Amino acid sequence: MATSPVPSAPARTNVIGLEILDYRGGKSTLCAGCGHNAISERLTEAFFEMGVPPEQLMKISGIGCSSKTPAYFMSRSFSFNSVHGRMPSVATGALLANKTMRAVGISGDGDTASIGLGQFMHLLHRNLPIIYIVEDNGVYGLTKGQFSATADLGSKLKTGVVNEMQPLDICALAIQVGATFVGRSFSGDKKQLATMLKAAIAHKGTVLLDIISPCVTFNDHEGSTKSYKYIKEHDEAVNEAGFIAPFEEINVDYDPNTTVDVQLHDGSHLRLRKLHEEYAPTSKTGAVSMLIDAHDRGEVLTGIFYVKTDEMDFVTHLNTVDEPLALLSESRVRPGPEVLAGLMQELA
Amino acid sequence: MASTNLEVESLAATGSMVRPKKVVNDFTIQVATVNGSGSQSANSILLRSIFRMGVPVSGKNLFPSNIAGLPTWYLIRASRDGWVARKGHVDLLIALNPETVLEDIHKLPAGGAVIHDETFQLGDRRDDVVYYSVPFDQLVVATGAEAKVRKLIKNMIYVGVAAQLLAIDMKGLETIIRQQFSKKAAVADLNWKAVQLGFDYAANSLTKQDGLTIEPMNATQGKIIIDGNSACALGAMFAGVTVVAWYPITPATSLAEDLIKYMKKHRVEKDGKATFAIVQAEDELAAIGMVLGAGWGGARAMTSTSGPGISLMAEFAGLGYFAEIPGVIFDVQRTGPSTGLPTRTQQCDIAFVSGLSHGDTKQVMLLPGSVRECFEHAIEAFDLAEMLQTPVFVLSDLDMGMNNWMSDPFEYPKKPINRGKVLDARQLEELGGFARYKDVDGDAIPYRTLPGTNHPKAAYFTRGTGRNEKAQYSERPEDYVANMERLVRKFETAKTMVPKPVLNGTGQEKIGIIAFGSSDPAVLESQDQLRREAGIETDYLRLRAYPFSQEVNDFVAQHETIYVVEQNRDGQMMNLLKTDLDAFEAPKLRPVRYFAGLPIEARVITEAITTYEGEQK
Repeated sequence: MATSPVPSAPARTNVIGLEILDYRGGKSTLCAGCGHNAISERLTEAFFEMGVPPEQLMKISGIGCSSKTPAYFMSRSFSFNSVHGRMPSVATGALLANKTMRAVGISGDGDTASIGLGQFMHLLHRNLPIIYIVEDNGVYGLTKGQFSATADLGSKLKTGVVNEMQPLDICALAIQVGATFVGRSFSGDKKQLATMLKAAIAHKGTVLLDIISPCVTFNDHEGSTKSYKYIKEHDEAVNEAGFIAPFEEINVDYDPNTTVDVQLHDGSHLRLRKLHEEYAPTSKTGAVSMLIDAHDRGEVLTGIFYVKTDEMDFVTHLNTVDEPLALLSESRVRPGPEVLAGLMQELA
Repeated sequence: MASTNLEVESLAATGSMVRPKKVVNDFTIQVATVNGSGSQSANSILLRSIFRMGVPVSGKNLFPSNIAGLPTWYLIRASRDGWVARKGHVDLLIALNPETVLEDIHKLPAGGAVIHDETFQLGDRRDDVVYYSVPFDQLVVATGAEAKVRKLIKNMIYVGVAAQLLAIDMKGLETIIRQQFSKKAAVADLNWKAVQLGFDYAANSLTKQDGLTIEPMNATQGKIIIDGNSACALGAMFAGVTVVAWYPITPATSLAEDLIKYMKKHRVEKDGKATFAIVQAEDELAAIGMVLGAGWGGARAMTSTSGPGISLMAEFAGLGYFAEIPGVIFDVQRTGPSTGLPTRTQQCDIAFVSGLSHGDTKQVMLLPGSVRECFEHAIEAFDLAEMLQTPVFVLSDLDMGMNNWMSDPFEYPKKPINRGKVLDARQLEELGGFARYKDVDGDAIPYRTLPGTNHPKAAYFTRGTGRNEKAQYSERPEDYVANMERLVRKFETAKTMVPKPVLNGTGQEKIGIIAFGSSDPAVLESQDQLRREAGIETDYLRLRAYPFSQEVNDFVAQHETIYVVEQNRDGQMMNLLKTDLDAFEAPKLRPVRYFAGLPIEARVITEAITTYEGEQK
């Protein structure tokens, strides 16, 4: 009996005609079950669904398990795995060289909140247009499980060591210092994270996402406050977010009493339905006080905490020519001989 | 350098028993003031007034790490022979600082002269120097200056007194003052009035008892006066720099600040948009991080700093070397280690920068020896960084960077900008992709792509970890070794591309001198002293870059003794030469070191060489 090949269903393409395979990265070398792998998958999907050309993205990272992950998604994008705690400066330089590029910064809690706190603060302060992702597991994985600065008070290491320091709340810090889109999610919450990432792509300015991403090897045990179990039990979403991309039809109404509608830079709409009593995503002080209060109650708040859409980002502020500085021709970057002659005359 | 060989003669001074020798166009003036008194513009005007008379002149600011209150000195050396190095011997002291006046007078050689404030208590005065007492405060009041500017105007009084005593052309002086204050006629008038009052006081009330005088020459025509930091900034602008990240640090601050000034004027397009981005970073660590990010992104990127900043940049410098990312780092060296003497000069970062990073690392250094070379090397550095795909360090120092130097005007770059080996989408299509770290051309320099290149095979993964030719993570011993050996071969390629050393001499002498950077004027003067005073002929090779090109090996091979002159304690350049040259040549190298923080003077070199040569006889 002759068989004819069954035509496979055409792969789904995004708005720019690419397949999800065009957004794939290399094979992960992280531990099976690591939260970071789930984040890489969500990033792949989000950039695919938003139709961002892979060649228009720069993935910049520091050092640590999280900072290795740019190798595991979007191989057609340009990647720079730099030095520990210094991703912000490298990303800043890269964006100055080419303002037409998008940037995602991948970091961890040690890379951001311990060794890199200084540069992190200044990136936020400048409102650099970047999606800054902290894959937050509260420990150093590559050096086998020391606490980082986001580890919670009382959290216990496998070795029995108990953390005696208050954690740094990087979301509260980010809001205060100048980030214009701040949220926290959980690597295990596919729906929440996917929506948050798409909205992040639509925003222009610093997006800080603190994504709790359990370390299955060093920080997923009883007594840890960054374990899958602990987060599932303590996760308190402050909102339910809906995202409508500019190429999608708006066909759902919302109740302005319970829901905040935010129009983002590219024309997208972010709909934030309030789940938490104190939720006020456009108020800096409201957002910070909500985070501090929740912390005192032992809740792990997730969701989009703060959005500000009318703040000028750092690269726009510098008022450079429209083209990438990297690609300017000699005639635009080397003043003519008459300029030098004039300068020499002034110095004579 | 041509000598006019003016005869020194004796003159009878009226009303004095002293018979001073007439000294024309060959002396040093030291202005001793208090930091923050605003003497800088007066000193600059005095310097320019001598320059304008056609007499070669140099100025050196010896200032403290302080905003106001500590002593500061400014040296102006007029030299008919064109010597512009510091000269230790002061001929005329202008003493305005009561704290240091006694010590400053004490240091004068016999026959020296001092212009001082009449209120100074000079105690038991030396009787072998000439005193010119000036009622500064009275003269300042006579200018009609408001109280708040009197401190500044006082400086212009000494300019007038000195102009009269030294026979400086008053018309030229007025022109300079009117240029300096061209935007404010009233300020120019006031300053000029102060100069005139000082001049008149000296003419009417002082009797010239020293022989120092300025006579017109024709040795400065067509020349400019500029400091090395401005020259580097100009070079960077004409090199087409597009991203600048910097952090303030003495003595490099003015490099970035001058660059900002130039770029705002000459690199903003008609629509008001800039062809550059300049960021004052949060620290030097961030500054170099931004430079590498920008260099990776395809910008011509730079930072400027000094020793402490270089220390902070070490880790990123290693990443730049290993990941092969272009960037230009200006290191205006100051006296270390640690905070050291932050307002004093040295050439003390040579050893550190040459291998800046942990691990096996070799960095490219350019060593400008004049303000003109600051301009030229700045341009060269941007080309080299992109052609070699590596950080390039331009090592100047405080003396070069912050002091005023005479120079021939800078020439417009002859070569077009060279952006190195960058593949675009069309080339990638033709090649069917590329391997980021593969030595395709045999010069060990690979090809790169820039972020945003619109081709599915354009991207690669940049990392500080071990990798193979395709930029994929690798810990395989053969991949690591092959890559590290290629980097050594790339450094060999660099030897053929960096500025070659410059020889001064016949090339046939037995004694060689090797020096670099701001030591150059002192070495040239020392060669002349050695010849005239001790009959010692020397060949002098001025290094202009690291790695050392073949000419350096040849020079060492061809000379019996080679004195390596440098401004640091440990003979850093000599040690680098010993490491890089043939081992059997090393014993020929002898150190001549000066590291007291002031610009090196010729006498130090001359004495070191005559002493050693004397011992050999």
